[in-house]
Amino acid sequence: MTTLTDPPKDSFRLSMLLYDTRYRSATIQVIAMFGFMLLAAWLINNTITNLNTLGKPVSLGFLGETAGYDINQRLLDYNSQDSHIRAALMGLLNTLVVAVLGCITATIIGVFVGVLRLSSNWLVARIMTVYVEMFRNVPVLLWIVLAMAILIESLPAPRAFRGEDPAASMALFDSVAVTNRGVYIPEPLFARSLGDIHLFGDHALRFDVSLDLIAVLIVLGLSLFGMRKVAAWANATQEKTGVRPRIWHIELGLLFGPLAVLLAALGFHLGYPELKGFNFSGGTHMRNSLIALWLALSLYTAAFIAEIVRAGILAISQGQTEAASALGLRPGRTMRLVILPQALRVIIPPMISNYLNLTKNSSLAIAVGYMDITGTLGGITMNQTGRELECVLMLMLVYLAISLSISAVMNWYNNRVKLVER
Amino acid sequence: MSDISFVRKEMLPEQTPPASEVGAIGWARHNLFSSWLNTILTVLSVAAVYYVLAGVLPWIFLSSGSAKSLNECREVFQAAYGTSHGHACWGVISERWLQLLFGFYPPHLYWRPILALLLLLAALSPVLFSGKVPSKLLVLTAAYPFLMVWLMWGGSVWGPVSAALGFVTGFLILKVAEKPLGELLAMIAAVAGALIWWFVLAGPFAAGLSAVLPAGIEAVQSRQFGGFMLALLLGVVAIGVSLPIGIVLALGRQSDLLIVKSLCVGFIEFIRGVPLITLLFVASLLLNVFLPPGTNFDIILRVMIMMTLFSAAYMAEVIRGGLAALPRGQYEGADSLGLDYWQAQRLIIMPQALKISIPGIVSTFIGIFKDTTLVSIIGLFDVIGLASAIRADTAWNGIYWELFAFIAFLFFVVCFSMSRYSMYLERKLQTGHR
Repeated sequence: MTTLTDPPKDSFRLSMLLYDTRYRSATIQVIAMFGFMLLAAWLINNTITNLNTLGKPVSLGFLGETAGYDINQRLLDYNSQDSHIRAALMGLLNTLVVAVLGCITATIIGVFVGVLRLSSNWLVARIMTVYVEMFRNVPVLLWIVLAMAILIESLPAPRAFRGEDPAASMALFDSVAVTNRGVYIPEPLFARSLGDIHLFGDHALRFDVSLDLIAVLIVLGLSLFGMRKVAAWANATQEKTGVRPRIWHIELGLLFGPLAVLLAALGFHLGYPELKGFNFSGGTHMRNSLIALWLALSLYTAAFIAEIVRAGILAISQGQTEAASALGLRPGRTMRLVILPQALRVIIPPMISNYLNLTKNSSLAIAVGYMDITGTLGGITMNQTGRELECVLMLMLVYLAISLSISAVMNWYNNRVKLVER
Repeated sequence: MSDISFVRKEMLPEQTPPASEVGAIGWARHNLFSSWLNTILTVLSVAAVYYVLAGVLPWIFLSSGSAKSLNECREVFQAAYGTSHGHACWGVISERWLQLLFGFYPPHLYWRPILALLLLLAALSPVLFSGKVPSKLLVLTAAYPFLMVWLMWGGSVWGPVSAALGFVTGFLILKVAEKPLGELLAMIAAVAGALIWWFVLAGPFAAGLSAVLPAGIEAVQSRQFGGFMLALLLGVVAIGVSLPIGIVLALGRQSDLLIVKSLCVGFIEFIRGVPLITLLFVASLLLNVFLPPGTNFDIILRVMIMMTLFSAAYMAEVIRGGLAALPRGQYEGADSLGLDYWQAQRLIIMPQALKISIPGIVSTFIGIFKDTTLVSIIGLFDVIGLASAIRADTAWNGIYWELFAFIAFLFFVVCFSMSRYSMYLERKLQTGHR
């Protein structure tokens, strides 16, 4: 005889699908899946019917057609006879250019402002607070449009630089011209250039790689490798003898020596912008649209980064600093070895999501006419071909790919610096 | 040997602190000139503040408020100050401020958006300042969505009334059927009843009543909406609707049900990965393609839908952060009390999770409110769209500071008060002991 009884073996009843927690989750999931598939089928069916009525079934053939429009700010060579896909590629590169430039300047300004907001100097802290509140509480689109308006309306026209007694003059020892058509900066030129490699022939993805640039990068890479070797040797010597040899002059020589020799060999010089007729020629031309977008995005995002930096520094308790000085670390080393590694763990994840926001906000380029991916693929290409569905979906996929790759980097970093808990 | 030791027998009177340590001088020494680096910073800041104020103050106050065009303005300044630049031309604002606020809304109906805004404040007050405002106002809060739609768009009063009756129907079915059918079936019956009402009965009901008893106010077309009013309208709708959707999505993402979870994750990550402007392209170009042939509904409604979805995805992530921050013991405590899933969420989890996420929720609100300006890119006349139109006008061609300063001021007031309110709420809900 057993004293334990088996759980009641009820026969399965239909109501158990709803009231028995063992089956309910399965029921809910099946209903959710069913509902989702119904919705998706309904949307797709509607789309196909509508597109067939309009007489433009889904196809990506239009990407190979001639684009027929010009892109004034671009990194690679492009002309209006190229295909739509090439135009979209130019747009993608322009998006990346403004995103990278913006992230760099926003970080610099943001860290600067965030640290100064914590300053013991009352006036400086207040000024930085005003900056942060002013930029955070006003839409970024307004800053972009305002920056564009200021550049166009208040800067001198190129013809103001003409004549015996010009109304405007070039900045930085006559090397940079700031005009209402954009900023002209010196460009690097090589008198004895190694030439270019043409990749992909005449394909839409054709791409010229400058051998000069590759040579510079290789030399820089070798120099950095050498510097690490020297630093490792210095560490080993310090471990052995207790005295660290002086290496900074060797490191500086390693960094700049080979580079200087290479640049001299290639005949490196700067091409300055010059006034020819009614406009400047030579140099690199950065258009107003790029500058306005870059400036506005950097200042706007910097306000958010400043708050993140401030919160990150405040999150490290005072005891850490005190403990470090009790160990005999000097202030510089305290910052580098104790405070920063802990603060960065707090700062980096929200910082990266702000980089992501900046990249997505760069799609507002369309408001000032900068030809990024939204301006090419989602703008002129879409209007010319009338392929709204394909263009918008491709645009979304591009941004999604950028976002997901940035999130992947963020997750990798988070896992790397995560505190290992027992 | 004489005794040279000295022991003080009486206390010295307290001395006043040195003049350099107290009062304005002491404060300045501590806060402005505590080291040579700080002194340099102070001098630089004073110079910067002076430079900015010297430009801005004359620009604001030595200005003209009456001129009818930029050229007229410049002539006035040339005559008065000997220079045509560096002075604000507020004429553009005094001429166009009503348009910047209301867009092309009919001027004799301006009272309606204003009344809607005042009612919004009244309807929000029992939620925002609970305890200080009589909670009977919650009736107004419940009725407000229908009231707002009716006030803004006008038309027959029976449309919003029959829409509201759908909710009443559902609620009544729930109350009546709860006893005989049980909670779950009653809920399903209530939802079904409300849906039947909306899709089958509401239309004839509203049409019939309008025929019998025509009561309504002048209708306003969506394309007449614009200006700052449009930003407020889109912002309020997106914020109000996205919070409940965001909570549901966050719960879905946290749940153990694999399919529900992956649907929620997919939706959230997709929306968060694309810029809002692409979603607005979908609203203006593609939403009609996705819906049954012949559907063509209002552009503002389409924009509202996309902005709500956009903001719901961000809201879900913020609330998920709050859910994740709750200690595991809270969930276990709820389980040990024998609460079921929804009771635990309603009574234990959500009140705490929402409290933790208040700063994030409010900054999402501020973000979505600022993002309403993006509708100018798809051709709606919000403030920025109107500013571009005014700048293209021959009379005001070349003006920009005055317009953008005005618009920035409008947004600043709303966003800054929201962030201050979130600080107040955080302090009020602070239950921890420190």
